[in-house]
Amino acid sequence: MSDHTIQTKINGNVVKKTVAARKTLADFLRVDCSLTGTHIGCEHGVCGACTVMVDGVAVRSCLMLAVQADGAEIRTVEGVAKEDGTLHRVQQALQEEHGLQCGFCTPGFVMTLVSLVERKEPIDEEEMKAALSGHICRCTGYQGILRAVKKLTAAPAKA
Amino acid sequence: MKPPAFDYVVAKSADDAVARLAEFGADASVIAGGQSLVPMLALRLARPSVLVDINRVAELSGAMVEGSALRIGAMTRQNTIMRDPLVIKHAPALAAATRLVGHHQTRNRGTIGGSIALGEPASEYPATAVALGAQIEVKSKGGSRTIPAREFYEAAYTTKLKAGEMIASVNFPHWPEGTVMAVDEIARRPGDFALTGIIVALAIDNGGKITRAGIAWFGMAQTPCAAVQAEKALVGQAAVKLDIPATAALAVADTEPWDDIHASGAYRRIVGGRLAARVIKKALAMKGIA
Repeated sequence: MSDHTIQTKINGNVVKKTVAARKTLADFLRVDCSLTGTHIGCEHGVCGACTVMVDGVAVRSCLMLAVQADGAEIRTVEGVAKEDGTLHRVQQALQEEHGLQCGFCTPGFVMTLVSLVERKEPIDEEEMKAALSGHICRCTGYQGILRAVKKLTAAPAKA
Repeated sequence: MKPPAFDYVVAKSADDAVARLAEFGADASVIAGGQSLVPMLALRLARPSVLVDINRVAELSGAMVEGSALRIGAMTRQNTIMRDPLVIKHAPALAAATRLVGHHQTRNRGTIGGSIALGEPASEYPATAVALGAQIEVKSKGGSRTIPAREFYEAAYTTKLKAGEMIASVNFPHWPEGTVMAVDEIARRPGDFALTGIIVALAIDNGGKITRAGIAWFGMAQTPCAAVQAEKALVGQAAVKLDIPATAALAVADTEPWDDIHASGAYRRIVGGRLAARVIKKALAMKGIA
């Protein structure tokens, strides 16, 4: 019922829009901001496809209201590769290891992995695997994804 | 699968939040992390007329030692709790249980107050609060009151919280030096609700005698379930001579597990007994007692 004007920074761009209180962040990104790289699967927090970064950490955008993102910095899968198209090392690793088939779940996996490889504290393979339990891939592409994780934790960090 | 329409207000302080709750009445709902509430909205299992958002209330967030207890603000996020040195020191079972709560992504938003208030029978935090003897600080416009976790839960998703009240903090009393704590659960997949789970805290003195025990189950009754018979029987026993299978069986005796599509009550009892023995062993192993 109530409408609210919010201002967020999405992939570095300031966005100011008015949203209904009931609109989820996922719908806001897709419908209001035309950022359809964020995929909506289950819409109740089970599948992980809609995962985005809010203030540096991975969250499910279907479990957050757009109005709650007022003042937040959001990063979606559109904001991961460089502008010239150079893939992020997470994307590169997934590509090299065949870590996707249909690609529906992939934006979610990418955002969780990006949030983990870019955080200050070091992360090991086990912790990264545990974090990926929050994502479902129905192509059963997990082996390729886990190979990508191995590559990401083994390689020295480079942007 | 879209939430129904509602109004939304941002609480500026804890006092502001309870003033809003008093103003809007029983149809208002507090939103903390929203990791259970938003799915319930999407599934239309919850239809509040207004949400009072406490995410920006700094005074409700963070852990600190207050007297002889660890006070954890209701808005403290689960991933913060998992890594907080004070939690790891004073309530290690809470930090360990947090690893089993939902997933990394939901723990980045989910809070302790939200989980305690929801009262999902198979969730980890309510049972941890029961096992460790936590006190729940509840605030309303009229003031504050404290409810022991052991008296807080009445039935599945039903607590002593009244309309207009919200949880301000969860307070874990310090356990004696030499206490060991362990937790584990059996779930079909990581992050799923537990079929059965248990938290065990044992205070062991320098002579190797158990001086205090706190044991609680989750997923084994309509509410988190204290294993009071086992707790009583453990006190005074020498830890090295403990009959672990008998203690585990006694712990199961206090449960009332149900049948559902995931597992029968009988199955939960059998697996719960094995799990209890394993978790007691894990706790004792921390003292070098195998």
